[in-house]
Amino acid sequence: MAKPISQALLDKFSGSVEALPAFREEEAFVVARDRLLEVCRFLASFPGCEFRLLEDICGVDYPGREKRFEAVYHLSSLEGEKRIRLKVLLDESDPGVPSVIGIWKGADWFEREAFDQYGIRFEGHPNLRRILNHEEFVGHPLRKDYPIKKRQTLSSPANFGWEQAAPPVPAKDAER
Amino acid sequence: MLIDYLVLTVQYLVFPLAIPVLLLMGIPVAVWIERRGAAFIQDRVGPNRITLFGLRNAGILQPFADALKLLVKEDFLPARADRFLYYLAPAFSLAPALLTFMVIPFADVLEVGKYKIPMQVADLNVGILFIFAIASLGVFGVVFGGWAPNSKYSLLGGLRSSAQMISYEVAMGLSVIGILLVFESVRLNDIVRLQGDLLFGFLPRWGIIVQPLGFLLFFVAALAETNRIPFDLPEAEAEIVAGYHLEYSSFKFSMYFMAEYVNMLVASGLVTSLFLGGWQIPWLPTATLAAFVGPALAAILQATSFVVKLWFVMWLMVWIRWTLPRFRYDQLMGLGWRVMLPLALMNICITSIVPFILGIYGK
Amino acid sequence: MLEQTDRKEWMVLNIGPAHPTMHGTLRIMVKLDGETILEALPEIGYLHRGFEKGAEHLTYQQVIPLTDRLNYCSAMMNNVGYCRAVEKLLGIEVPRRSQYIRVIVSELSRIIDHLVCIGANLVDLGALTPFWYCFRDREYVYELLEALCGARLTTSYTRIGGLANDLPAGWVERCRKVMRKNIPQGIDEVETLLTRNRIFIDRAQGVGAVSAADALNYGFTGPCLRASGVAFDLRKADPYYDYDKFDFEIPIGKNGDTYDRYLVRMEEMRQSLRILEQALDGLPEGPVNVEDKRITLPEKEKVYTKFGALVQHIKLVVDGIVPPAGEVYSATEAANGVLGFYIVSDGTKNPYRIKVRPPCFAIYQALPKLAQGNLIPDLIAIIGSLNIIAGELDR
Repeated sequence: MAKPISQALLDKFSGSVEALPAFREEEAFVVARDRLLEVCRFLASFPGCEFRLLEDICGVDYPGREKRFEAVYHLSSLEGEKRIRLKVLLDESDPGVPSVIGIWKGADWFEREAFDQYGIRFEGHPNLRRILNHEEFVGHPLRKDYPIKKRQTLSSPANFGWEQAAPPVPAKDAER
Repeated sequence: MLIDYLVLTVQYLVFPLAIPVLLLMGIPVAVWIERRGAAFIQDRVGPNRITLFGLRNAGILQPFADALKLLVKEDFLPARADRFLYYLAPAFSLAPALLTFMVIPFADVLEVGKYKIPMQVADLNVGILFIFAIASLGVFGVVFGGWAPNSKYSLLGGLRSSAQMISYEVAMGLSVIGILLVFESVRLNDIVRLQGDLLFGFLPRWGIIVQPLGFLLFFVAALAETNRIPFDLPEAEAEIVAGYHLEYSSFKFSMYFMAEYVNMLVASGLVTSLFLGGWQIPWLPTATLAAFVGPALAAILQATSFVVKLWFVMWLMVWIRWTLPRFRYDQLMGLGWRVMLPLALMNICITSIVPFILGIYGK
Repeated sequence: MLEQTDRKEWMVLNIGPAHPTMHGTLRIMVKLDGETILEALPEIGYLHRGFEKGAEHLTYQQVIPLTDRLNYCSAMMNNVGYCRAVEKLLGIEVPRRSQYIRVIVSELSRIIDHLVCIGANLVDLGALTPFWYCFRDREYVYELLEALCGARLTTSYTRIGGLANDLPAGWVERCRKVMRKNIPQGIDEVETLLTRNRIFIDRAQGVGAVSAADALNYGFTGPCLRASGVAFDLRKADPYYDYDKFDFEIPIGKNGDTYDRYLVRMEEMRQSLRILEQALDGLPEGPVNVEDKRITLPEKEKVYTKFGALVQHIKLVVDGIVPPAGEVYSATEAANGVLGFYIVSDGTKNPYRIKVRPPCFAIYQALPKLAQGNLIPDLIAIIGSLNIIAGELDR
């Protein structure tokens, strides 16, 4: 069961990890930002129940709170009954959190999406670019203060610097 | 005198005009077989909506509708394309295909009185060599088509196709040498005539029976030459979006399209002539047939036999297309150079040695 | 051989987003050296429709049709996953009949999703005929789904607290016939054509192999993970809806290459048929919706005749279901892998946050690593076997 894990977690990282009240039998913990990597490594190699599957990373926006953003991590172990939720509370002025891509390569795109939609910066991520919205997009659409009806169109497709834009068509071909 | 001129006209004017036209008329039939055959294999119906005078005719008019549609499409020139090569390429694909068919006989030499009218456009005494020489020119159509439009997808398709066609020409040529050794002639009409002989008294001496390995190799190489699945990597739709004829539209595309089917018809014609007895009706050589029904009808019957066998081979090609997946590029080249070439050489060796051992030479 | 490492000339090829490989709107830029891929860069988001943002402005019931459009090849599974998450949030459990029917439609959807994946993958490889056999079988299932909920593709069949309607009369017999005769025949035909076909084996074996450790690290789930050798299936590991009472196996692959993924999917279809058989046999009687006034719509006759039911109907439609404040994460085993829904509720009628964990999002991020060093035809074969559905990927 998850009890020994949560107990071990609270014992080892007391002060940085705080258990949230269980809702519908789910385990959730708030983790301090600076100890996130240690907590993740601890969980990923917990003997008997390694949380080797990173299921999800997402952001949530609570504009009313003092710490506006939450980065939510869902980890699960192969004996799927063990699922754990980690939260990191982030301030609006400094929404940075260390990237867990070193532990799970699968964090790559999930962190990019959280950055894209919320503006949460994942330090140490090798390629923190927008993923779902186009690269000329301004703003972070899933924040609560972003209007749902706003449209931003893309003016030209991305080339990622791999090749220059095509040179203009010479005049003699253009007159066809 | 007048009859002389008539015969000359038929031989040098009517045939060279009629045969290519008939060949081109075979394209709608080929397309129809392809589409309805594909539908039949895939458990569906296929095109059956084109009606003329209220009759659906099982969709036989669909290819004409397709041709009309292709003709009225916009004909464009991609930006920065090589204009000369762009216009030249489809012609380079279609012309050799049509030319190669000119030496394939579809009936025995028609002997009416003192006139001998060969039932082919040109009865060259270098028959097969001519075919291979002209067919090699078809590679240029693909190379130009890949290079001219200045598009990466076309370039990839052109590269693949030219390498593939050149590689499989080697295997194709070598696989035919066995036939040349057996029938001791390069003229197609002679080869077909000799396939009328009977082995062991009852078995027609068709190429497929005396050269089974040669048939297999030639058929596979023919599939590769005509860019049909499993060798259709150059025009693989999923990967390079139609490859070398991607940037073509309207009539130029239809020329490529026609060239593919004409190539298939030519390849089928070759397979038929070399391996399936050509215009021979089994157990009924020309003399017997002419004695029964007269020379003209005999020629027609032989032509029918040729046509039936040709369409059978076409159906085989269509069948294979819809059954097998396609090869990857390196596997395809590996097959051509590392499997088919040694097999073809081995075929030549066996064909040379076995009759020698059996003492058949010198007959 | 020329030294490939010293050559600095490479060509950039842009594959997609409009491309005949039929995998939705995906774009990949590849750096090519001849035909060998030096680097591949996927770009997604062409089908991003703002599901999560839109869901925050709708009621819980109104989100259900949006979930159809996530993995549109197996729409029922998205419905089931979402409703299961909301029901967990509400703390209710649907009646047993509803659970069994959800299992039945989920397994049917799994079968059709695998049929699409295999068919499209084979078309990319040049085998154009099995696609039609797969889609013929899909038609049979479409007829069943249409009888059930009126729509073939975007079904919206489940509701929070149960289902939209019960099974129509005669549906079980029709389903049995399709399951016993049509679909196994179709699968056998495709199997005969491809599984031992030398060309297919050459194209698929060894292509895009993923080791078990890598697959797990990247967050792979579903058939792609199982093909790499990891025996993880939520239906067995964390069973829901009586999956632990059904007798079925999870096929595991060895190398994690395209061939294994194909075999795993073919075998999973057969196992789904087994589950279907058992579910249809054990289908319990009873209501399909939870008997809760705040969740289930009243019957139509009552709505048109009794005032209380009318008010209840209006309130449920206009206001919707109001769950307690809290957050849940609920995952089901969808056709592609673990489909997770993370729902945060603040006690109002609109969800505060819905995050969908798409299985192919995690799978597709491994593409640059899988593609490197392969040829373009291999890249196409790999993408086909990963079963990337743009609707789910981009939301």
